[in-house]
Amino acid sequence: MTEAPALVEGRLEAHLRARRQQGRKLLVTYVTAGVRADWVQVVQSVVAAGADAVELGIPFSDPMIDGPTIQAASVEALRRGTTPAGVLDAVTSLEVEVPLCVMTYYNIVFRAGHRRFAQSLASAGVSGAIVPDLSLEEAGEWCREADDAGVATVLLVAPSTPEDRVARICARSRGFVYGVGRMGVTGERGELAGSARRVARRVRAATDLPVCIGIGVSTPEQAAEACLDADGVVVGSALVRRVLEGASPDEAGEFVAGVRGRLDAGA
Amino acid sequence: MTGSLMGSPDPSGRFGEFGGRYVPESLVPACMELEAAFAEAWDDPAFHDELDAVLVGYGGRPTPVTECRRLSERLGIRLLLKREDLTHTGSHKLNNVIGQALLAGRMGKRRLVAETGAGQHGVATATAAALFGMDCVVYMGEVDTARQALNVFRMELLGAEVRPVTSGSRTLKDAVNEALRDWVAEVDHTHYCIGSVMGPHPYPYIVRELQRVVGEEARVQCRQLLGGADPQWVVACVGGGSNAAGTFAGFVDTDAVLVGVEAAGGAAMGHGVPGVVHGMKSYLMQDEAGQIEEAESISAGLDYPGIGPEHAHLATIGRARYEQATDAEVLDAFSLLARTEGIVPALEPAHALAWVARQAGKEIPHGATVLVTLSGRGDKDVAQVRDLLA
Repeated sequence: MTEAPALVEGRLEAHLRARRQQGRKLLVTYVTAGVRADWVQVVQSVVAAGADAVELGIPFSDPMIDGPTIQAASVEALRRGTTPAGVLDAVTSLEVEVPLCVMTYYNIVFRAGHRRFAQSLASAGVSGAIVPDLSLEEAGEWCREADDAGVATVLLVAPSTPEDRVARICARSRGFVYGVGRMGVTGERGELAGSARRVARRVRAATDLPVCIGIGVSTPEQAAEACLDADGVVVGSALVRRVLEGASPDEAGEFVAGVRGRLDAGA
Repeated sequence: MTGSLMGSPDPSGRFGEFGGRYVPESLVPACMELEAAFAEAWDDPAFHDELDAVLVGYGGRPTPVTECRRLSERLGIRLLLKREDLTHTGSHKLNNVIGQALLAGRMGKRRLVAETGAGQHGVATATAAALFGMDCVVYMGEVDTARQALNVFRMELLGAEVRPVTSGSRTLKDAVNEALRDWVAEVDHTHYCIGSVMGPHPYPYIVRELQRVVGEEARVQCRQLLGGADPQWVVACVGGGSNAAGTFAGFVDTDAVLVGVEAAGGAAMGHGVPGVVHGMKSYLMQDEAGQIEEAESISAGLDYPGIGPEHAHLATIGRARYEQATDAEVLDAFSLLARTEGIVPALEPAHALAWVARQAGKEIPHGATVLVTLSGRGDKDVAQVRDLLA
């Protein structure tokens, strides 16, 4: 088992732990950066509606773990000329009360260079990074640069992950652990998969870090169900679909407020 | 073992700095399972017996090496063709899919998914699925289903479901994305039968080993034709690079100059820089931000913005060189081989022929011996070429 190096608790982890301590279930919302001209307002609106952290998708040309909704949002954001540098510029002036993470694919990180990318995140005030195609075995070099820059690299545990790997992934993850709710790509589903709560329990047995379940968490009810075992949820496609369909920032906020309200009401 | 050229990759699946396993966590266990299954199978004489029996009795191996009389005279070189066009289904792709289908069976998986560009790998996978009684879904970019309509029908005849891919550039790279997405969701009973020496470890290694038969046969056959000598030049087309990898594996320890020929519009080595997509680190056509660019060539099979990681390594250490052929040169070579030798090549190996035709008497000295792997036959391309030449 890989021993995690000693680490000062970063902003993302401190914030999520503090809110969990208050008995609050964590709500992380995903927004594809650049999907519309007013995407920054969407972010502000979902924070005001009760998101505990925001995951900003930096669009990539080949988003292989994303389903049709986030693929479409990525295509649209790229068509609008969205670049990683442009996203981080916009984030720098973004004033929100909760930590921001970026979610992007590894080639965006690799092309920029590990150190440069980590430092650009830190300078923009981003406190976490999720790079879903960077497996534990390949993540070492990036994680060291991210640690040095004070950026938490959130790693993923999947339903297929064997037990010994769960422990190693949790030891290397920072901020929180992203529990993959179902085998498959991102996207809305009619029901929460049975694997979602099982993954949450397995991660909780391996670490004290907060565990948030994402992929296939689409409705307030599914979020509440996942939180029977998880500390929180990541809601992406359900929000992004509304944005793609033309929901205003306020309307996007209303959806998030609905999830927030359901989580606060308890099981 | 990393010491010998074109041996095993290192434990992290690297050839030099290229390769690796850049996949979502959901797929890591499946890659590990495949790695273990292949290692066990490749050490098992019974697996080789079974594979060889199918390749011989069903696939038509060994394929001959044909000495080109009239074209050699015209080019002033001694040109030999490794005739993978004579393999069942019409290309070298069968060598790979038979091996992978047998592996899938050993892992208890009865469903194959595949990506295809020109349709050759899709047809081969559909064929293997029919042969072994497996389910088969083939992802094919919508642009390619249009220009290779005959191959779509052929796959359907073989019982496969062809799913047109409408995302991104709607060509091979997007078909790979869709196949990976399918695999993530169905991995417990599905094997992703990848078509080239690309993707996450162990695929580049497995596919090269399964295509090694091309180079090993050719080496023996060339020696028979050349009085015990090896060819001085060994040339193959490269998209992902599986026929080239299999061919080079047979000649990497000879003095032959190894040349991979890319489509000018899809030249990952020619125009790319290192990057990571589809599970591997290799050379990729991409922009300053790291967005993958769309390849564009006459040949659907070479419309891929990347290249197998082992090719990136062979180029980096200088053991192989990577050149390009333009669409116009390819059309000329296509007709040239047809008229001088009575062989209609696929557009993909016509790239290798085009480069040889251009360089004969220049970089390739007069009288030199040249082996070109004719990776597939041109039947699938005849309608497209007719339209282009009209």
